[in-house]
Amino acid sequence: MPAVQETIDRVRSIDLDQYKYGFETVIEMEKSEKGLSEDIVRFISAKKGEPEWLLEWRLDAYRRWLTMKEPAWARVEYDTIDYNNLYYYAAPKRKSPESLDEIDPEILKTYEKLGIPLREVEVLEGIAPERRVAVDAVFDSVSVATTFKKELAKAGVIFMPISEAVKEHPELVKKYLGSVVPVTDNFFATLNSAVFSDGSFVYIPPGVRCPMELSTYFRINERDTGQFERTLIIADKGSYVSYLEGCTAPKRDDNQLHAAVVELVALDDAEIKYSTVQNWYPGDNEGKGGIYNFVTKRGDCRGARSKISWTQVETGSAITWKYPSCILRGDDSRGEFYSIAVSNGMQQVDSGTKMIHLGKNTTSRIISKGISAGRSQNTYRGLVSAHKKAKGARNFTNCDSLLIGDQCGAHTVPYIESKNASAVFEHEATTSKISEDQKFYCQQRGLSEEEATALIVNGFVRDVLQQLPMEFAVEAQKLISISLEGSVG
Amino acid sequence: MADITNLRTSAETGLSNLFEAARKSFATEEKISREEAFKFFEATGLPSRRVEAFKYTDLRAAIVEAAHPAEVPSAETAKSTVASAKAFAGVEAVRLTFVNGHLVDALSDLGSLPEGVTVTPLTEALTKGNPLLKALGPVEQTRENPIYQLNTAFLADGALISVAAGAKVETPVHLRFVGTGATAFSTATRVLVSVGEGAEFSLFETHEGPNGLAYQPNDAVDAVIADKATLRHTRLNREGDKAIALSTIAARLGAEANLESVNLVFGGALSRHQIYLHFAGENANAIVNGAAMLGDGQLADSTLLADHAAVGGVSREQFKTVIDGDATGVFQGKIIVRQIAQQTDGKMKSDCLLLTDEGQMMNKPELEIFADDVACGHGATCGAPDEELLFYLMARGLPKPIAESLLVQAFIGEALESVTHEGARDALIGEVEAWLRARG
Repeated sequence: MPAVQETIDRVRSIDLDQYKYGFETVIEMEKSEKGLSEDIVRFISAKKGEPEWLLEWRLDAYRRWLTMKEPAWARVEYDTIDYNNLYYYAAPKRKSPESLDEIDPEILKTYEKLGIPLREVEVLEGIAPERRVAVDAVFDSVSVATTFKKELAKAGVIFMPISEAVKEHPELVKKYLGSVVPVTDNFFATLNSAVFSDGSFVYIPPGVRCPMELSTYFRINERDTGQFERTLIIADKGSYVSYLEGCTAPKRDDNQLHAAVVELVALDDAEIKYSTVQNWYPGDNEGKGGIYNFVTKRGDCRGARSKISWTQVETGSAITWKYPSCILRGDDSRGEFYSIAVSNGMQQVDSGTKMIHLGKNTTSRIISKGISAGRSQNTYRGLVSAHKKAKGARNFTNCDSLLIGDQCGAHTVPYIESKNASAVFEHEATTSKISEDQKFYCQQRGLSEEEATALIVNGFVRDVLQQLPMEFAVEAQKLISISLEGSVG
Repeated sequence: MADITNLRTSAETGLSNLFEAARKSFATEEKISREEAFKFFEATGLPSRRVEAFKYTDLRAAIVEAAHPAEVPSAETAKSTVASAKAFAGVEAVRLTFVNGHLVDALSDLGSLPEGVTVTPLTEALTKGNPLLKALGPVEQTRENPIYQLNTAFLADGALISVAAGAKVETPVHLRFVGTGATAFSTATRVLVSVGEGAEFSLFETHEGPNGLAYQPNDAVDAVIADKATLRHTRLNREGDKAIALSTIAARLGAEANLESVNLVFGGALSRHQIYLHFAGENANAIVNGAAMLGDGQLADSTLLADHAAVGGVSREQFKTVIDGDATGVFQGKIIVRQIAQQTDGKMKSDCLLLTDEGQMMNKPELEIFADDVACGHGATCGAPDEELLFYLMARGLPKPIAESLLVQAFIGEALESVTHEGARDALIGEVEAWLRARG
C-alpha cells in the first residue's frame, strides 16, 4: 500500500534543509596535529593525564588497528576515509572549568541554543523544564560540564566524564573498560580504543535506583574533527538507571567521522535503559556533508534477571552503521531493542541489533521501524542467536519498513540462529502480529487495525521518549507520530 | 579484519586438474561458456563461510577431495541400478533416466513423448548445435554462483525439453536420476525446460544414490516459462547418506506465467538446493515450497532468490524443516523488488521444528525493496513441537511418538499441499510417512 499524503507531508516537514542545529560556535580551540600515529595517541593520553596502563591499552589498540581492514559488509557506500586527514583531539582552549561560570560563554550559549539545561539552579527552581536531568555535555573531544554531580553522589551514583573516572575510580574503569566491547572487536571500536577522547562514566551502586535521568549531549563543533567518545555504564546488583543520549553537529560540506563505543554492564537484577535521539547533521539533499556515524554499542546482561533496553530514534547522519546489542549471559535476563530509523535525502542507514542468548530462560524483543524517503537507503540488519545451553530462550522480532517515493530503498537482513529445541524464536515482518491481545483491545474501541498497531508501537517507545529533555522529546514525538501504514516487511 | 589469502585446497587443485583433463573431450564448437564459468570458479574457489551466501554451508570445508566425473555406465550397470530405483516408481509419467549423470536412452521413453513435447539429449545438442542452447542460464544472478558455474564448466549430460506453445501436456515428464558406484564420483547435469506461450507442463525430478559413498552430484534445471505458460515442478532428494548434493533451479517467468515448484529433501550428508526466480514479465506468479526432514549428521540448505523485475508479480515461498538428531537446517531467502516492480506481492516464510536439543536451524530471510507500492513480508519461526498440542493428542490416547509424528506430518504437509498432481503429492506424502516410521 502506498504511503498516505499525511505521512508524506510529515516526513517532508522534517526535511533535511530544516536541520535546526547546523550552526557553528566560534571559539578558540586547542587541537592535536592532523593525522594518526603513536605520537598522537600519546598526545591524547598525556592531555588527559592518564596512567601508564591506559596509555599502553591505547597503544595496543592502535597497533592492532593498523592491521585491520575497514568493514565492507554493510549496505552503505562512501568515499574512502583518509584517517590521516583528521584531527583526533580538539578541545576548547579555556582550562577545565570548576563551575559553570568558568565555561566559555560561547559554549554555554551553544547548549542554550540546543536546549540543553546546564544550569542546575534554574532547573531546580523550575524556571527551565521541570524534569530534572543530569547532563554531561561533551564538546568535541572533552566534557565541558556535568550537572547534578553532588546530588547524585549522595545516592552513591558516580556520573562523570570518563577521563575523570580514570583518575578517581581507576579500579572500576580498569575492571570494566573493554570487557563488553573488546579492544579487538571491530575496526571502528579498535580505532576508538586508541583515540577515545571523552564520554560518560556511570556507576550505580547495589540496590540504588538512580534518582534522576542521566544524559550526555554530544556536540561536534570543530571542522575536520572526528569524535570518538566512550561511554561506560555499570549497574551493580539490583540497581536501575535510565540514560539518554543526544547528538548534533554543524552543517558542513565535508563529512565528519563519529566512531563511538558504548559499553553497558548489568549485574544481578539490575536494569539499564539506554535511549538515543541521534540527530547528527545528515548532509544536504544532494548528499554533501554529514556525519559518518560508525558506532559500536553493546550491553552485557552479566547477572541473573538483569535487563538492558535500547531505544533509538535515528534521524540524522549521512551514514549510520550501528547495532546496539545485548549479550544475555545471566539466567532469566532480558534484552530489548526498539528502533525508529527515518532516512531522507541521500542518507544511508544500516542499523539493527544482536540478541545473543547464552543463559537459561533469557528473553528478547526487537521492534524496528524503518521509514525511508528521498533517495535514501534504509537497512535493518539483525542477529538473534540461541546457544546450545540457552534453554528456554525466547525472542520476538518485528521489523517493518515503509517507503515513501520510488527513489529510496528499504532492506531487511535478519539472521536467526537457533541451536536448541527449547528456544522459541518468532520473526514477524507483518504488522498484524505485534500483540494480538492489545490490538484486539484497541480495535474493540473503534481503532482500525493500522491505528491500533501504530498506537502500540508508539506506546513502546513513548514512555522512554517522554523522559527526554523537552527539545528532544518534541523532535522525537514528531517522528514517531508518523503513521506506519503500508508497512512492508 | 586483515586480508586473508586462502591457500588452494586439495579439492580446488583437484577440480582444476579435472577441468584440464576434461577440456580435451569438449566439443569444439560448443555454445556454452565452460571456460568463462571455470575462470569464475578459479577466481573464487570453493566458497567458505566467509562468503556471505555460504555463511552456513561451508563447501570449502565439506568438499575434501574433488571426485572424478562419472563415466558413462555400461548397459548392464544402468539396468540393474534403475531396477532398484523406487522414487516415484508408481507415478504415471514419461521417464528420462540418468545413471550417474548420463542419459540412458534404453531406459528412457524418448520414443513415446506426449504430444507437443520434444526432448533433445544435451550431448547431441552440444555436438550438433541447437537453437535452445541460447536459452541456457536464464537468470543473470547465477553467474555469480560458484555451484552453478561449476555445473556449467563440467556439464556432462542433460536434456533440452521444449513444450510447444498452447500445448496442455497432461502426462508429466519424470527426470529419474540414479547413482551407483564403488568409489566417489561427481556428476554435472543440466536440463532446460522451455514452456511455450500458454502451454502447461509438469516436470518431476527424483534423485537417488547409494548410501555410504561420498559422491558429488551437481544438477541444474533451467526453466524458461513463456507468457501465460505454466510449469509445475516437483523434486525429491533421496540421495545417499554421505552424498554432497548440490542443485539449482533457475527460472525466468514471462508475463502472467506460473511456476509451482516443490522440493522435498531427505538425503545427503550435505545438500544445497538453490532457487533463482526472475520475474521478467508482468503479473507472473510463483509458488515455491520446500521441505526437509533431516537426521543425524545431515545439513540441508535451501537458498532462494526471487528477483521481481516487472509490475504485479506474486511470489509465495514456504519452507518447512524438521530437524532430528544433530542435523542442521539452513534457509536463506531473498526477495528483491526492483523500482519498476510496483504492486509486487511477495511473502516468504520459513518454519522449523526442532525435535532434539542437538539440532540447529539457521534462518536468513532477506528483503531488498526499491519500489514503494508493494506488499512484501517474511516470517521465520523455530522451536520444539507445541507441548499443548502434544498433550491434546496424548489426552486422546495416542502414545507420544505417534502424537509427535502426527504433528510433524501436519507441519510438513503444508509445504506439499501446493503439488497439484495427485500422484506426485501422494508419493511425497508416502516418503514423509516412511521417514517418520523409520524414526520410530
